[in-house]
Amino acid sequence: MTTSEHPHGHDHGESSELSETELRVRALQTILIDKGYTDAAALDAIVEAYEQKIGPHIGARVVARAWTDPAFRQALLADATAAVSPFGQGGRVGENLVAVENTPERHNMVVCTLCSCYPWDVLGLPPVWYKSFAYRSRTVKEPRSVLREFGVTLPERTEIRVWDSTAEVRYLVLPMRPAGTDGWSEEKLATLVTRDSMVGTGLPRSPEPRS
Amino acid sequence: MNGIHDMGGMDGFGAVEPEEHEPVFHARWEGAVLAATRVMGAIGGWNIDQGRYGIELLPPNLYLTPYYRRWLERLEWGLVTYGYAGADEIAAGRALCPGKAPPRGRFTVDKVDRVTRRGTFTRETNSTAKFAIGDRVRARNLHPKGHTRLPRYVRGHAGVIERLHGCQVFPDSAAMGQGENPQWLYTVRFDGRELWGADADPTLAVSVEAFEPYLEALT
Repeated sequence: MTTSEHPHGHDHGESSELSETELRVRALQTILIDKGYTDAAALDAIVEAYEQKIGPHIGARVVARAWTDPAFRQALLADATAAVSPFGQGGRVGENLVAVENTPERHNMVVCTLCSCYPWDVLGLPPVWYKSFAYRSRTVKEPRSVLREFGVTLPERTEIRVWDSTAEVRYLVLPMRPAGTDGWSEEKLATLVTRDSMVGTGLPRSPEPRS
Repeated sequence: MNGIHDMGGMDGFGAVEPEEHEPVFHARWEGAVLAATRVMGAIGGWNIDQGRYGIELLPPNLYLTPYYRRWLERLEWGLVTYGYAGADEIAAGRALCPGKAPPRGRFTVDKVDRVTRRGTFTRETNSTAKFAIGDRVRARNLHPKGHTRLPRYVRGHAGVIERLHGCQVFPDSAAMGQGENPQWLYTVRFDGRELWGADADPTLAVSVEAFEPYLEALT
């Protein structure tokens, strides 16, 4: 069944299992379609785009390129929208994208305390934890305890810089390249880049030790 | 408004719980709510700031429900508030009269790429930015009843201008149906101890994006 199938079909066996929430959503889909604002195919195509086309693989390719190409890294830090656009869906990403670089001295974390602002054209839709009240409330005040819940412990002296996305500027964290990856291709490096490492709640994966 | 949505610095919400191999949507209806909401934005039903304000207007007990439940509440609210459906139609679960002509036309599958990109909020201006990078500023002690993007936890605190982002749509005006009223936008950096007191993590710095009307010069 598609997400936007009309509820007009009288399948009582199935309908009785639908929750109140599901029934409300189906009703709204019906209203939008019946009033001519859109059609079922367009609604389904939006869901499909977020499930299949847009996701952290876009950001991972950007990070891997920055790790292997110093000129691209400079361009990314200078104007991330321009640098990232060729990697984006349809060859474009939104304006005011800013890349912030982790260094041994400074670790960056991104949050939206007021809602759920997130660079979704580069990382896809935000995970539940990013939208959670715990993450939104605590990250600007006690980022180290939040990081511990992600299994990340940073040196005591590392500066923690938290970027609260309160307007239409969006942040992409450029994590540090893991040791032991000399000579790796961009494609192989991208497999180490996790979504969380580009939000600042994680670090890139370590390369598998050679057997 | 000083709502439950303004969560920076609050205690009591427990631990952050990352989920391994999290799906994009946890139920089909979540994707359906997102898609319907994107459609209403794309056809010009309401702007992004009106949409955020719609969520902020939820009573706290409804706000403190799962994310897409809030979006569902906001979708019903927006359809009624902006005249795209009647409360009677939402109750009936079907259209009872023809729809309103959307400002940007019907949403069709060829427009999907457009809604998967973020919008453009920068506007041309003849005005000059009041602050420069490195200037010391104070976030004003503002408590508007309407929508604002100045979080409570920085109000009254001193920071430094770190980046300038051009002139952008002012959410405080756009959310209230008062036009775009573009304002200069800055990244303002605050020391953790300035925000949270002497016991704060000494390695912490926090920045927010602040529109010029949120800021005053510190000499």
